[in-house]
Amino acid sequence: MCGIAGLIHRGKSSNVGHELQGMLQALKHRGEDSTGYALYGDTDGKNFIMRFKVGENVGEGSTSVAEDVSVYDERKKIVDSYLAEMGAKIIKEERILPYSLRYEIEYNKKDLLEFSQKIESIPGVEILSMGKSLEVIKDLGNAKMVCDRYNLDKLVGTHAIGHARMATESGVDIKSAHPFWGYPFSDVSVVHNGQLTNYWNNRRALENKGMRFMSECDSELIAVYLAEKMRDGASLEEGMKESLTGLDGVFTYFVATKDSLGMAKDTMAAKPLVLYESDDLVAMGSEEIAIRSILPQEIDTYDPFDGEVKVWQI
Amino acid sequence: MANLKNVTKKTKAQAMGMHSEVLTGRTQQKFFNPDEAENFYYFGTYDVDFNKRTDLDVKNMTAAEANKELDNLMSQGYGTIVIKNPQGKHSLGVGILNKLNLIFEGSLGYFGMGSSDGPIVRINGRVGWSCAENLMAGKVVIEKNAGSCFGAAIRGGDLICKGSVGARTGIDMKGGTIIIGGDAGAFTGFMMQRGRIIILGDVGINLGDSMYDGTIFVGGEIGSYGSDAVDSELTQSDQDWLRRKLRVAEIGENFDVSKMKKIVAGKKLWNYDNLEPAEKKGAI
Repeated sequence: MCGIAGLIHRGKSSNVGHELQGMLQALKHRGEDSTGYALYGDTDGKNFIMRFKVGENVGEGSTSVAEDVSVYDERKKIVDSYLAEMGAKIIKEERILPYSLRYEIEYNKKDLLEFSQKIESIPGVEILSMGKSLEVIKDLGNAKMVCDRYNLDKLVGTHAIGHARMATESGVDIKSAHPFWGYPFSDVSVVHNGQLTNYWNNRRALENKGMRFMSECDSELIAVYLAEKMRDGASLEEGMKESLTGLDGVFTYFVATKDSLGMAKDTMAAKPLVLYESDDLVAMGSEEIAIRSILPQEIDTYDPFDGEVKVWQI
Repeated sequence: MANLKNVTKKTKAQAMGMHSEVLTGRTQQKFFNPDEAENFYYFGTYDVDFNKRTDLDVKNMTAAEANKELDNLMSQGYGTIVIKNPQGKHSLGVGILNKLNLIFEGSLGYFGMGSSDGPIVRINGRVGWSCAENLMAGKVVIEKNAGSCFGAAIRGGDLICKGSVGARTGIDMKGGTIIIGGDAGAFTGFMMQRGRIIILGDVGINLGDSMYDGTIFVGGEIGSYGSDAVDSELTQSDQDWLRRKLRVAEIGENFDVSKMKKIVAGKKLWNYDNLEPAEKKGAI
């Protein structure tokens, strides 16, 4: 089933970590195999923030194989050496969990493809996000558990999207959890509710064009699909509109960039979405109770129609 | 499946295009005998007094707790109940099988007022997916917008949304009337079998897809017609009925019903004359 939620403050920042936690926790009955956050925090915009993992969470119903922590340490060492080789300077380093790390990196090249390919050539290492504002945090368990584990409650920013997952098409592990980073584009993330039926056809075609997939989760296709469109010069909104016919199946998905938040709904309108829109806040979720968690007062909400695409700026 | 036969002598309802078949199968004979209706009894229904009024704040209740308390109040004879702070909770007000004047001061989540038979309900907010699913009788009025599958499989009663609704409104409906003041999404009237849908605004793609019977009236633009949905002539009788219905629903004042489009089943997909596989075997 899965539940998705997103919000964007226009013209101001807010405690988006806390707000998204409340929205996703309200949707936990739609799935709590894993929960993921894509948070766009307030930063000075100078350095990249790289969230990456050097292993999997093997507890809480995970389908992953247990590894010794020394393996994680070894992978981290290789990441550090590769960063030095590429001229990327680690400004700040946090190891939140044995398998999950957050680096602030000074890196001056714009093209992240070569960078990402190099880091991810290390077996067991995956970049969860790379951007100057975006931080993707995802792990097994419900929204509250993940929020507490990663101390997301205090994060201040402008917008955020998140996902509460009931695993259906692929395993219970972090690599299959949403949000997906729009590799190799800085600050692009995607969450999705639904099933894509032309996943393999699209995946093969995109891989032939040099795009990378890290999981076998059909939702990852949306991030890669949009990334490829933008690589070819399309705007985010143009890519999203093309996805309505390029992707087959049922879907509602959100995509976020450094300064915008968008939603798309398939032409069958088979997956739910409730939307609240005001001058200073847009909030949306699979169910109204997600929005109610941050706006308990009486508000006007509506369901976007079939084939609808909307994009909002901060 | 019950046998369905076309009839030549038209009742008033048939003349208005509500339906054009009669049910003659065993199900019809056994369960819908009007002589036996007098003896029919719903378990868990109450005699309530509309003048006995109370409020119920469900802010800190689960849906199950709220519905149980609602049942408790009805058992005490309360006939007018105002629900405060529903805050988008799912499944509120389901399974009410007696007359009741119910008012929600706020929005409902999924399955609000599902499987009800008889209450008069006003929702001063929005409703989520599948509002009033399987409604048998009564009236449900939504002051704002509604989600998808609005009025799915209703058998009777009036379901009114003053705002816009999502996709698949009236899917599989078998009777009753759905009235939409705004726009409606894709697949409105999908597989509807009886009843009527009125949409004053625009409607999305695949309107009336695979409808067996029933009638859809549209005031605005139609995205596209679904399989076997066809235009039909809007008669004077239709217009009179539409005016009366909109007036009673307190919606679309001064709306020009004479310009509405009427959509019915083309009935090219019908194959009621074919025997069910099991019956075929018997015949052989």
